[in-house]
Amino acid sequence: MPQRRDTLKNPEQELRIFRVRALLAVLVVIVLTSLLVSRLGYLQIVQHDLYSTRSEKNRVRVEPLPPNRGLIYDRNGALLAENRPTYNLTLVRERVDDLDDTLALLVDLLELPEEEIEAFQVRSRQRQRPFQPALLMSDLSEEQIARLAVNRHRLPGVEVEAQLLRYYHDAEVMAHALGYVGRINAEELQDLDPGRYAGTHFIGKTGVERFYETELHGEAGLRNVETNAPGRVLRELGRTDPVPGANLTLTLDRSLQMLAYELLDGRRGSIVAIVPNTGEILAMVSTPGFDSNQFVTGIDVASYRALQEDIDLPLFNRAIRGHYPPGSTIKPFLALAGLVDGVITPDSTINDPGFYQLPNDSRRYRNWLRWGHGRVDMERSIAVSNNTYYYTLAHDLGIDKLHERMTNFGFGQRVAHDVQGESTGLMPSRDWKRARFNQPWYPGETLSVGIGQGYWQVTPLQLASATAALANRGHWVKPRLALRIGEEPVPEELPDTLPDIQLANDNWWNRVYSGMEKVLNGSEGTARRTGVGLEYRMGGKSGTAQVFSLGQDQRYNAEELEERLRDHALFMAFAPIEEPKIAVSVIVENAGGGSTHAAHLARAMTDAWLLEDNAPQVDEVKEVLEEDTANVEGN
Amino acid sequence: MPWQLITRSLRRYPVRPPDSGIARRKSIWERIHLDPWLLGMLLVLMGGGLMVLYSASGQRIDTVIAQAMRFGIALSGMVIIAQFSPSTFLRWAPLAYGAGLAMLLAVEVVGDVGMGAKRWLEIPGVIRFQPSEMMKLAVPLMVAAYLNRCQLPPRLRDIVVCAVIIGVPVVLTAIQPDLGTSLLVASAAVIVVLLAGLSWKLIGLVAALGAAGLPVLWMNMHNYQRQRVLTFLDPDSDPLGSGWNIIQSTTAIGSGGLWGKGWLEGTQSQLEFLPERHTDFIIAVLGEEFGLVGMLLLLTLYIMIVGRGLWLASSSQDTFGRLFAGSIILTFFIYVFVNVGMVSGILPVVGVPLPLVSFGGTSSVTLLAGFGIRMSIHAHRRLLPLKGLNSGSAYSQEW
Repeated sequence: MPQRRDTLKNPEQELRIFRVRALLAVLVVIVLTSLLVSRLGYLQIVQHDLYSTRSEKNRVRVEPLPPNRGLIYDRNGALLAENRPTYNLTLVRERVDDLDDTLALLVDLLELPEEEIEAFQVRSRQRQRPFQPALLMSDLSEEQIARLAVNRHRLPGVEVEAQLLRYYHDAEVMAHALGYVGRINAEELQDLDPGRYAGTHFIGKTGVERFYETELHGEAGLRNVETNAPGRVLRELGRTDPVPGANLTLTLDRSLQMLAYELLDGRRGSIVAIVPNTGEILAMVSTPGFDSNQFVTGIDVASYRALQEDIDLPLFNRAIRGHYPPGSTIKPFLALAGLVDGVITPDSTINDPGFYQLPNDSRRYRNWLRWGHGRVDMERSIAVSNNTYYYTLAHDLGIDKLHERMTNFGFGQRVAHDVQGESTGLMPSRDWKRARFNQPWYPGETLSVGIGQGYWQVTPLQLASATAALANRGHWVKPRLALRIGEEPVPEELPDTLPDIQLANDNWWNRVYSGMEKVLNGSEGTARRTGVGLEYRMGGKSGTAQVFSLGQDQRYNAEELEERLRDHALFMAFAPIEEPKIAVSVIVENAGGGSTHAAHLARAMTDAWLLEDNAPQVDEVKEVLEEDTANVEGN
Repeated sequence: MPWQLITRSLRRYPVRPPDSGIARRKSIWERIHLDPWLLGMLLVLMGGGLMVLYSASGQRIDTVIAQAMRFGIALSGMVIIAQFSPSTFLRWAPLAYGAGLAMLLAVEVVGDVGMGAKRWLEIPGVIRFQPSEMMKLAVPLMVAAYLNRCQLPPRLRDIVVCAVIIGVPVVLTAIQPDLGTSLLVASAAVIVVLLAGLSWKLIGLVAALGAAGLPVLWMNMHNYQRQRVLTFLDPDSDPLGSGWNIIQSTTAIGSGGLWGKGWLEGTQSQLEFLPERHTDFIIAVLGEEFGLVGMLLLLTLYIMIVGRGLWLASSSQDTFGRLFAGSIILTFFIYVFVNVGMVSGILPVVGVPLPLVSFGGTSSVTLLAGFGIRMSIHAHRRLLPLKGLNSGSAYSQEW
């Protein structure tokens, strides 16, 4: 660059100016550096503790470790509910190069229909923390897992994750008794201890799973993990192991439960079997059943609607929530009530003209046998299921006493120790009617109650428990489903057990049993066809529950009625009489043909339980049933 | 007045080059035109920087190797540049400046958009660079070259010319928008004028105008720039958004304490809480892992480099060399101050790397190129009588 001629340079002065300025610059540098140093000192010395804490909080995260849910066994150790590892397909968007390509490849590899791509896209876009895997698909098959494993290098960000899922064996048979677990919903979340359930996704929704939720769940553990900013776990700093839930051994007998289910053969109905002296529920079946495994992962809307709208109500637990008029099955209990209150003795008789009339009332309350049974004592009244005897008994007892005695047998209340969602049934009384209808109690209604009709409604479980108490000579043991929680047996004596039923003469029990035995083996017994070839002494009582009330002089013709308007068939029984080992109640909805259907099923149950070597074949029972039905219809 | 005392005391000592022995043989350093002290300190700085980078990059040796290779290239560049005589730079200054301006204009027209700003110029397959980076050297070079022709202290007319020389590229850079670089370009050039002896009155006037102009600047800022300033004033206002960087970096530094958590042991850095941890925020890694002690060592090293640089500048024989060398070294300090200031939370976040420590090629090349020029200035001294010569440029003697 050429020098300008008009300027005179003074190097010495320029150097001096520069040095002054440079010195100034040094001062500025020193001042600014001091500023930095003091700031650093402030951060690193004065505020060190604050920032240390902050940095710790940044990196250390407490992660809950969910406990494994306790398993459920039947009384013989057969596995009913377990936790199965299932494999889920997850995707971390942040690690996927090209989402569309990856999804398309996945659909191709898993041989899914093209439409799945869209579903995948929706699921992969669900909002979540960065680096948190999104669930694309659950329950992969072995082949799918293998295909994914082979193509792993082509699928960065795609993972197959193992998760324990509840699995129910013989789900349809066990669904109502066991209940099921499902994903915790928002409502349940509010009531849960957040610490215990921090890592848990499932909770018992119904049945045993719900009742023993606390025991089955176990205690959550936790671990301190070091995470990086995107939330990925890098290493574990410390952990408290979770305590797995207790394994539950139920009183249920898997094979008896299966048998009951098969016996009901897809009809609507219920069978409950109880060990009288221990209250152990051996079988508690409600049909039709449903596949409870569907509810674990979350049932799809269409399937759920199908279940809900099914006319047979498969989701409805008839065993504990079904309300049925008990019909004649309660006659032995009424006889006992009459004995307790001295209204009858085992030997007192009535004369049955085929109907009963209240004093000063022209209405005839009919026996089922139009021309009457003639002279009837207590045993015969049970064996032939005479109505007139019980109209008289009920009238003499009065509704108040009747209500009190039947309440003592567990009717109109929840009876079991650990059955979730049990219904109370309905044991009518003056007070109940006043409260419900604001009407007085009419004497005629007492007569209806006397033959198990009218307002009276029982659940199959109640009927079985009452039968057990009866078989137990009035000694009450609370029915229960759990035999052992972990290693701890459920105590025999449970709180709030009903008081025992006392008779003036202990032999009277035998007289009642005798009447019940004649039901099966007496020449006039209502279920004498069922009693053919019994290898042990069995007592029972049949009953039919009218779905459709008939006018006074109308006669009932099963053929003319729609299937769903037919009577329900009921039977209660226990065996052996000398030392009862099983009490059972059977209800078959709209069975038609009187109570015989239910009686056959009850016998099959007792046979199965008592005759280990000679257990009944379901096919044989079905054959007998068909024959029987043909006979009845042929009449 | 203390200043008069200082200037008087300086006047008392004749101003001479510190080593004026004609008879003395040239050392090897002089022959290769390098200053051993400065080179040594830069090497120590780069070595330490690589070590911190290893930690900051998540212990990825390939990043460190890449950076080391860039250092190698930049150092070679520095050595080559140092071999040119300062008069070469003096001559090429207008050309470099003009070319730079042209490229800045080209960026405006055809530039690549990266991160929402047009900063890059690309000749596909050949080179891709930021012209604004080059202007960090070209503008102060041009101003120093211009002032070299003038009588100093500069007169008002010269100052206006300088203002234009500085203003045009600064505005072009600012509208890219790259406020950080434009301010650095401006400060590098303004330092030249300041060192040349800009009158205090004018400095005061400009400072006042600048203060008055702040609202205007605010009005013309982009939203993200305003956000940065707001975040700086209160980082907790948006802790997961724009405040995240500064919260995490102060946490990293603060948790380091006096001695630090140890190399590779910093949880903030290693666990990716710290953003930009191997580029602009690398000092936080140092602060976390080496504590206050490490920070002080680094700052001391920087101050020594600046001190040595200023010393060499003031021992330059001519105006151009002094002004340019002084500007280079003070700009270097500004980098350090702005970077450490922003990471420790006393300055708003502007994209200024920590010189020779942050990962990045362009800035190391520019910086070391600057050092190359300033070593050339130092090493190509001629021994000349100082008094009674008005020839102005010492270099004109060479040819």
